Amino acid sequence: MIEARNLWKNYGDTQVLERLNMTVAEGEFVTLVGASGCGKSTFLKLLLGVEAPSRGELLLDGQPIPDEPGPDRGIVFQQYSVFPHMTVLDNVVAARAFQKPGVSGFLFGAAKRDAIDEAKSLLEQVGLSHALDRYPHQLSGGMRQRLAIAQALLGKPRILLLDEPFGALDPGIRADMHELVLKLWRDYKLTVFMVTHDIKEGFHLGTRLWVFDKLRHDPHAPNAYGARITYDIPVGQRDDVTLEALDNDALTQRNHP
Amino acid sequence: MKRLINKTPGLRGRWLLGLLPFALLLALYLGASDVRLEANPNDKLLPSIEQMGAAMHNLAFEPSKRNGDYLFWVDTASSLQRLLLGVAIAALIGLVLGLLTGALPLVTAGVSPLLTVVSLVPPLALLPILFIVVGLGEVSKVALIAIGITPFIARDILRRTQEIPAQQLIKAQTLGANSAQTIVRVLLPQILPRLIDAVRLSLGSGWLFLIAAEAIAATDGLGYRIFLVRRYLSMDIILPYVAWITLLAFVLDQLLARANDWLFPWHKAGHES
Ligand SMILES: Nc1ncnc2c1ncn2[C@@H]1O[C@H](COP(=O)(O)OP(=O)(O)O)[C@@H](O)[C@H]1O
Ligand SMILES: [Mg+2]
Repeated sequence: MIEARNLWKNYGDTQVLERLNMTVAEGEFVTLVGASGCGKSTFLKLLLGVEAPSRGELLLDGQPIPDEPGPDRGIVFQQYSVFPHMTVLDNVVAARAFQKPGVSGFLFGAAKRDAIDEAKSLLEQVGLSHALDRYPHQLSGGMRQRLAIAQALLGKPRILLLDEPFGALDPGIRADMHELVLKLWRDYKLTVFMVTHDIKEGFHLGTRLWVFDKLRHDPHAPNAYGARITYDIPVGQRDDVTLEALDNDALTQRNHP
Repeated sequence: MKRLINKTPGLRGRWLLGLLPFALLLALYLGASDVRLEANPNDKLLPSIEQMGAAMHNLAFEPSKRNGDYLFWVDTASSLQRLLLGVAIAALIGLVLGLLTGALPLVTAGVSPLLTVVSLVPPLALLPILFIVVGLGEVSKVALIAIGITPFIARDILRRTQEIPAQQLIKAQTLGANSAQTIVRVLLPQILPRLIDAVRLSLGSGWLFLIAAEAIAATDGLGYRIFLVRRYLSMDIILPYVAWITLLAFVLDQLLARANDWLFPWHKAGHES
């Protein structure tokens, strides 16, 4: 369903991604790990259509990815994913309103009542029924991300992009969030791309784990070469050799930041 | 002993320390006024509290001999009307201009350089032009205030709009929002409290333009009055008027601050979400 053909991305002199080739089938859960700054978020931006490839192609169902964000691709960022000026309920109802044509983005009458009912049941699924009237700043980090996920799902996206969604959460809450994401992935038959800096999380959640890394490195020009997918591991294959190889890579990365 | 940089006053201490300079200034004034009046009872420079009270009583509670108006209140009403009208017009234009310019890159490219240049024009230099074009009436004064602060508000709103995290705009688009919906439901509500902040910051300039315009061409108003009585060295009127203007400015500022807290309870919490 998604295919990259010799995909390159650079910002001016900074080569971020180079020679990416991959195909992802509908329903896969891809987790992306790699050193900070190696281009994982950039890759998600390419999928979103916020950034365009510098070279090569990124295809969705054989067509180039649209060059702006759309309802087929939902997103949850680590931060700023919900609207701070709307209550929990409004955040979700607004998402429904955005699907209707119109200038104002407000719903009225029966459409509004329906949207509220639907929003309440969705918020119940993610465990936020008790916080409908709170503003995002009154929520904990975990609740905020639940809200962001609920909101993203209301658009019925085919693809869900998660950029370090649980990076700022406590380990205990993270485990809850993992369950939630896995459940929603199955229920909504999503294709998920999730960036994480926690390799265990990557193994636990994904059907497929990608490691982004720079294969070529010039110490005098750290930005001269871009990252590629250096490992593409069908998860399930969590044998010791692979883990050890990854650990070693992580170590060398730490020594040459 | 604690370092000086670590010593903080308690609640009572803060009030006392805050009021102290006012009390000192007042005492200084009263002392100086006493000394001068003792030397020369007709001295006009530093009138006593009684003299100021009597002068203000005349203006506020005795009908004027010329037309029966209570001048102090007429002045206050005229000035406030001009100021609020000018500021409201500036806020509205600044909001629309700043929001659209901040939200739409095509408009940014077209308007932003113009806005930068226009905001460098000293508004008071335009006053003669206003007088020539719209005459000496109310319009010229309101227009001066509006012209004087619109560029500031527009530029501030432009910057604030661009500061709203791109993630929110992306999110709205992934939910299917079109440009208008994004502006109306994501940007506008978040900009309104910043508009109130911008208005608060520009009220000072607003008063400046108001008093300047009234000094030059008006038949009533707080600025008109103090410039009129200056000819008679009536410090007993000028000083209370200045205090009154200051009080009005303070109250307006506080009202706006309260309105912000009350209307936009999510605003103060910052933008960490
Ligand atoms: N808009 C941009 N302009 C210039 N450089 C950018 C931009 N966005 C990202 N980069 C650079 O691209 C590289 C990859 O960034 P990013 O994709 O955010 O990394 P990460 O893997 O941590 O998510 C970084 O070196 C970053 O500085
Ligand atoms: Mg990132």
